[in-house]
Amino acid sequence: MMWLTWRQFRGAAATTGAALVVLAVALALTGPELASDYSAGITACARDGGCGQFFDRFFDDYQAPFQAATVIVLLLPALAGLFWGAPLVSRELEAGTHLLVWNQSITRTRWLAVKLTVVGGAAVAAAGLFSLAVTWWSAPLDKSAAPGFTLMDPLVFGARGIVPMAYAAFAFVLGVTAGLVVRRTLPAMAVTLAVFAAIQIVMPLTVRPHLLPPVSSAFELGPENVDSFGKSSDREFPEVVLDSAIPGHTGAWVLSSRLVDPSGRVVGGDGAPVTVRVSVTSGPCAPSQQAQEEGRGMDGCLAEINRLGYRQRATYQPFERFWAFQWIETGVYALLTLGLTAFCFRWLRRRLS
Amino acid sequence: MIGRSAGPASGEPMTPVLRARGLGRRYGRRWALRDCTLDIPGGHVVGLVGPNGAGKTTLLKLAGGQLAPTEGSITVLGGHPASGAAQQARIGFVAQDTPVYAGLSVADHLRLGAGLNPGWDAALARERVERLGLDPAHRAGRLSGGQRAQLALTLGLAKRPELLILDEPVAALDPLARREFLQGLMEAVAEHEFSVVLSSHLVSDLERTCDYLIVLVDSRVRLAGQVDDLLATHHRLTGPRRDPDRLPAGQHVVSASHTDRQSTFVVRTEDPIHDPAWTVSRLTLEDLVLAYMEGPAPAQGRPVLEVRR
Repeated sequence: MMWLTWRQFRGAAATTGAALVVLAVALALTGPELASDYSAGITACARDGGCGQFFDRFFDDYQAPFQAATVIVLLLPALAGLFWGAPLVSRELEAGTHLLVWNQSITRTRWLAVKLTVVGGAAVAAAGLFSLAVTWWSAPLDKSAAPGFTLMDPLVFGARGIVPMAYAAFAFVLGVTAGLVVRRTLPAMAVTLAVFAAIQIVMPLTVRPHLLPPVSSAFELGPENVDSFGKSSDREFPEVVLDSAIPGHTGAWVLSSRLVDPSGRVVGGDGAPVTVRVSVTSGPCAPSQQAQEEGRGMDGCLAEINRLGYRQRATYQPFERFWAFQWIETGVYALLTLGLTAFCFRWLRRRLS
Repeated sequence: MIGRSAGPASGEPMTPVLRARGLGRRYGRRWALRDCTLDIPGGHVVGLVGPNGAGKTTLLKLAGGQLAPTEGSITVLGGHPASGAAQQARIGFVAQDTPVYAGLSVADHLRLGAGLNPGWDAALARERVERLGLDPAHRAGRLSGGQRAQLALTLGLAKRPELLILDEPVAALDPLARREFLQGLMEAVAEHEFSVVLSSHLVSDLERTCDYLIVLVDSRVRLAGQVDDLLATHHRLTGPRRDPDRLPAGQHVVSASHTDRQSTFVVRTEDPIHDPAWTVSRLTLEDLVLAYMEGPAPAQGRPVLEVRR
């Protein structure tokens, strides 16, 4: 059975192997340069300050390959489900060849077990290797990533560490399940894609934030968490837009970032501009004052807003939980995979003929 | 009837290769097979005949362990059909439309057979492929229908089963390929002595090969017996018009047709027919099968046996 499974699968395995080699070569060629650029930049900026600017510039320079590598790792599990999982059984059902193989001296349970192990194992291994290569390559970029692209942010989280393997296993078994139930390859692929995409959207939006209880805390306003501050001419008070970042917790996954007023009431936030009742005719936020203290810019004004009692109230998952989240999410997908696998065997015994 | 004397112990009482008791299988609300009680003795080439949709494939799939019965029981070679690989090794099964892996070569098929069957007879497989003139490097998807069927049969034979089940193996073949296939099957039976159950909706296919016949109509067994016995005990009677009730007690009417003056009966009887009013003629196997299909058939609008020559 091993031989037959391999014989049927070797074409796909060769294609994926070739793609993996191409990617590995590309990453191996550019990785060391990326790392040395980063360490040189860090040494320089530590001497004369301005590491913030260095991070921004460095990340900007490599953003295109960074995103490409991330997208590849994100797509791989879906491809495994579509092209390896969905046709695995449905193609045999369509061609009737399941009857040929089931009539050899092998139980259909063993037949499916070998197929799942060989091809599913290959899917997990491919995803693991891709993820490992990209995680290694992008380490300097992950350290300097702009908000929205840090390791804990949904898109990047799913393309680093060990979760891609769990995604691949799940997508693969999902494809096999769809193939068993739908019994036709193309519809099974469509079902696999739709269900997997839905789960990959629902998971980071609704489940992952609660895998561990998020931390909730208040922070003073400062350059790190204020995106913009300004006053339009037709209003009395200025408006502030908060960033999805919090001071002192670089790389945290900020779930909500809202402004609370001096009485402790939430007045708004999460990207929308919020009115701050601070005087702009006199005091540190007055344009005249700002002009006087050239170079200090907003700092005085923000200090005044903090003094009045405005705070950023943020709920977030700290960056330190990255690996905890990786393990928990891997566990969740592993359980889903096992559940679907059990369903497949049940269905194979009870429903197929 | 080549296979007549091919069985391992013709004439001796044999344990049945297939024993069904009240066997039934339902798909949703439709019964594909119902109330089937049947003993198929060993050492025969058994023809399973019936119109399309009569339940032939269902019965064979139940025997092969690919389906589980909804009701009743079935044992094949004394074991439960779906009891595992050891049981499967004893039963060869050539499925309808003789599926093969289009992307694999002939040699690949033999290799998969060797890998998946503990009792694989590599010499038999190789020799058969050679005799058929199949190129081992040829992709199975590019074989003709007849060659594909022969390849599937080779897999079934080289497994060296005690019972080989074939589900409509020749339905899609042209007459020449059909004859070659059945000839190859009969040669293998003569050489290796195993039981065969072969289904077809064409009586002519079975006539040349089978020595035991089962007629399945509307998911029920209508007739089962050795072909010789069946032919010896069934007669066509033609004579002046007469009511079937007035026939002697030993003569069971299978079918009856009447014109104004004349009656034609197909009767089953162990006794000789003495009534001089009758013209008695022998039945061909096809006549016999047709008589049972037409016979006391309760259902309306069922499919009719397809007859081709």
